[in-house]
Amino acid sequence: MTRDAASRRRWRDAPLALAMLAPSLVVLGAFVLYPLARAFWLGHQRCDPTGANCQSNGWDQYIDVFRSKEFQQAFGVTFRFALLTVPVGLALGIGLAVLADKQLRGMGFFRTVFSSTVATSVAVASLMWFFLLNPSVGVLADWIGGVAKNPGLLQDEGTALWAVAVSSIWANLGFTFIVVTAGLQSIPADLYESAYVDGAGGWMRFSNVTLPMLGPTLLFAGVVLTSRAFQSYGEFDLLTGGGPNGSTTSLTYLIYGNNSIIKNNSGLQAAVAVLLFAVLLVLSLLQIRGVERRVHYGN
Amino acid sequence: MATSTMPRGWRLAGRYTLLIALAIVVLFPIWVMLVGAFKPGNKVLQNPLLPTHVTLDTLREAWRDGNLGRALVNSTIVALIVTVAQVVTAVLSAYAFAFLRFPGRTFVFGVFLATLLVPFEATVVVNRSTVQDLGWLNSYQGLAVPFLATAFGTFLVRQVFLTLPKDLREAARMDGLGHLGFLREVAVPLARPTLGALALFGFLSTWNQYLWPTTISTDDDWNTVQSGLRALAQAQIDKPNLVIAGTVIVALPIFVILLVFQRQLVRGLTAGAVKG
Repeated sequence: MTRDAASRRRWRDAPLALAMLAPSLVVLGAFVLYPLARAFWLGHQRCDPTGANCQSNGWDQYIDVFRSKEFQQAFGVTFRFALLTVPVGLALGIGLAVLADKQLRGMGFFRTVFSSTVATSVAVASLMWFFLLNPSVGVLADWIGGVAKNPGLLQDEGTALWAVAVSSIWANLGFTFIVVTAGLQSIPADLYESAYVDGAGGWMRFSNVTLPMLGPTLLFAGVVLTSRAFQSYGEFDLLTGGGPNGSTTSLTYLIYGNNSIIKNNSGLQAAVAVLLFAVLLVLSLLQIRGVERRVHYGN
Repeated sequence: MATSTMPRGWRLAGRYTLLIALAIVVLFPIWVMLVGAFKPGNKVLQNPLLPTHVTLDTLREAWRDGNLGRALVNSTIVALIVTVAQVVTAVLSAYAFAFLRFPGRTFVFGVFLATLLVPFEATVVVNRSTVQDLGWLNSYQGLAVPFLATAFGTFLVRQVFLTLPKDLREAARMDGLGHLGFLREVAVPLARPTLGALALFGFLSTWNQYLWPTTISTDDDWNTVQSGLRALAQAQIDKPNLVIAGTVIVALPIFVILLVFQRQLVRGLTAGAVKG
């Protein structure tokens, strides 16, 4: 009898739970889990150059893709893009947030200004920088001169990725600023007071109180920025079209870009997409490990 | 300490000087965009930093050439549908995880969390053909349906529900409130700040989507503002200030929305950073 009752209670909420979960499960199943599994399957199929006639023939296409010059180059571009944007973006975000943190007159204005780039979409930010760097009418191109006028920073193989990175750093600055500012505000004031009483100067207070207390916030911001960098697409599509000479063909651009050499080959596109997922999975696992360690330290 | 021997007034002046300089650097691209958008095409090379020859003609032309009115309507409709749906699906699924006992709850929650690990950019290859097979290219369904639910929303709202005291549910049961009554009368009102943040976050990320609309909107009439801007940029590559005028039109509504909803935005963006 009691086991019956217990089992009945266990199942009593089940119909309601199913009804409440169903909408989310359908959407997540159809547009997140299914496409991932399907991409994994498509990725092993070899297609002819027109993209038609895809056939299953072993799983070694993944290895071929991984070893290909195109994938390695796109991976290198993506990795360098993250390396160019994330540390600089974080440092700038911290600097601005610390400068605007004091309770002084006018800080509300500066906070609004520094947050403002969060309102720009990737298309808006990219086209703004495209305008600034345009070799014939761009203000920045005029000031910088030289390669910026001919052929243009976005048109030169040596500078294109740097120029895209600058646009991306600017566009993400608002996000980083907001997150770090919130982190700063959660640091208890008495920590600063006791550091001050101990005779710690401005830099000492920053490196011994602010930075360590910001640890979790910076981890979060760093992870978001890194995964954004690896998933960036619009910047490359609008600013450089993956060029010149593949120097800004990121992994995402290799999959989806108009100028990509695998544009019509769904098997190869799926294979690169799965490898992109794998790269980001490794990043996420590193993040989870970082969080665990932080909890360990924190308690 | 070197810094503390400096007079306070000087340090303040230094801080403000630095802040003003940095504000100018951050605002510089926005200023140049605005100046360019209000200039006629043949004057774009003169005084690019000063608003001379101010005209609305360039904005008008961009509005017309880019079909931006239609794009604004499309973006608004899609973003509103997604926002409402994301809040509803998040509340329902979060309630199931927080207040209902059913077999396999941990496993299903694990599946939800796992979807957070899948980058959207890796699924577009397949989603594009799913949407095509459904006949949803160039439609509101196609633009909205893949985003009607997110594990992020479920997770966020569940966190709030878990902080509600157990006695609250018991008391409500005594008063004869069932699960749906409790959800409507107690849980949702208490979660309102988080739901506001989630709504703003959902609206923004839908509005700003780039890859998806450029993938499935092949017809000019089904462009969102982002894919419409891309179309304008590619069609008018020889008219830089026409493109920048279109950019102003697309950027403006979001600037206004964010000025109004600053608090919700901060809460939404920092949701993952600060422990609830």
